[in-house]
Amino acid sequence: MSRGLRLIPIILLLWLVVGLAWRLVKPADTAIPSQMVDRPVPRFVLPSAVSGKPGLAAADLATGQPHLLNIFASWCVPCIGEVAVLGELKRRGARIDGIAVRDTPGALTAFLARRGDPYERIGGDPQSEVQIAFGSSGVPETFVIDGKGVIRRQYIGALNASNMPGVLRELEQAR
Amino acid sequence: MIGNSSPPRRRGPSKKKKWVPAFAGMTLVLSTPVAIADSNLPPAYWSNRQLPDPEQEAKAQDLMAELRCLVCQGQSIADSDAELAGDMRDLVRRRIAAGEKPSTIRGWLIQRYGTWISYKPTDEPAAWPLWLTPLALLLAGAWLIRRRIRLRSKD
Repeated sequence: MSRGLRLIPIILLLWLVVGLAWRLVKPADTAIPSQMVDRPVPRFVLPSAVSGKPGLAAADLATGQPHLLNIFASWCVPCIGEVAVLGELKRRGARIDGIAVRDTPGALTAFLARRGDPYERIGGDPQSEVQIAFGSSGVPETFVIDGKGVIRRQYIGALNASNMPGVLRELEQAR
Repeated sequence: MIGNSSPPRRRGPSKKKKWVPAFAGMTLVLSTPVAIADSNLPPAYWSNRQLPDPEQEAKAQDLMAELRCLVCQGQSIADSDAELAGDMRDLVRRRIAAGEKPSTIRGWLIQRYGTWISYKPTDEPAAWPLWLTPLALLLAGAWLIRRRIRLRSKD
C-alpha cells in the first residue's frame, strides 16, 4: 500500500473531529420556517375560544387591512412575556388576532385577565390542526398577514421589544 | 419526552447503598421540566388509537414512520410523545380514514414545512450524494477485488 493511501484513515478521523467540533461550536438551527410565507392563508374556520370574543376564520384575515396573527396558548410560558409586547403593538395601531392552541376556555379567560388581552378575535384550535396548516411548529409564533390575506413574514418564538419597530414597519408595508 | 422512573426504594439500613440518595437526587434534577409546558387537553382522539380498518391503519403507520416530529426532531411522529406529534398522527389517521392517499397527505405537509418533514429521500440535488454513495462504494469494491485477483494470478 502506498504512503498516500495509509494517510486516508487519519484524514477521515481529522475530518470527523473537525466536523464534530464545528457543530459543537456552531449548533445547527432547529427552527423550522413555514413554507407558507408569501402564500395566502390556508382556509380555516375556528370557533371562539373564549366567551365574549369572536372566533377566527381565514376570511377575517383578508379584510383589506394588515393583521398580526399570534399563535399562542395559556399553558405556554414564553407567551406570558409576549403578551405585553403585543399590547404595546396594539397601542401603536396593530390589529392582532390569536389562535389558541390546545386550550380550554377557563384557562384562557384566566390568562387574558391576568396577563392582558391584545386580541380582537381568538379562534380555538384544540387539535393543532390550523397551526399545522400554517406550517407553524410551536407556540408562540406570529405571522404578519397583508390586506389580501397573504402571509408576509413568520416570527418563531416570542416577540420582544426589539422586534417592535420591524413588525410595525412590516405591517405598514403590508397594507 | 423525559421519562424517568423513580429509583428503587430500599428498606432497612445498608452500608453499601450510599449511592441511592445521590441517584435519587440526580433523577429529581434530571426530571425537572425544562420550560417545556404541555397543554391540559387530553390527546387527540386518533393520536393513540388504531383505525378499525387494518389496511388503513397499516397505511397510516407507514406514513407516520416517515414523518418527522417537529418537537423531538430526529424522531418520527409515530415514535414521539410530543403533543404536536400526537395531533399530527390524529390528522394522518383522519385523512386516511377519509380516503386520502398517503402521498397526498405527505405532499400537503411538505407544502407547509418543506421536505424537512419527510424522511423519505427525494431526488433533489441535495440528496444526490445519498443515492450515489452506495454506487461509488460498490464500484470501489469491485475495483479492489479485481486488483486482488490480478495480483494473485500473477503469483
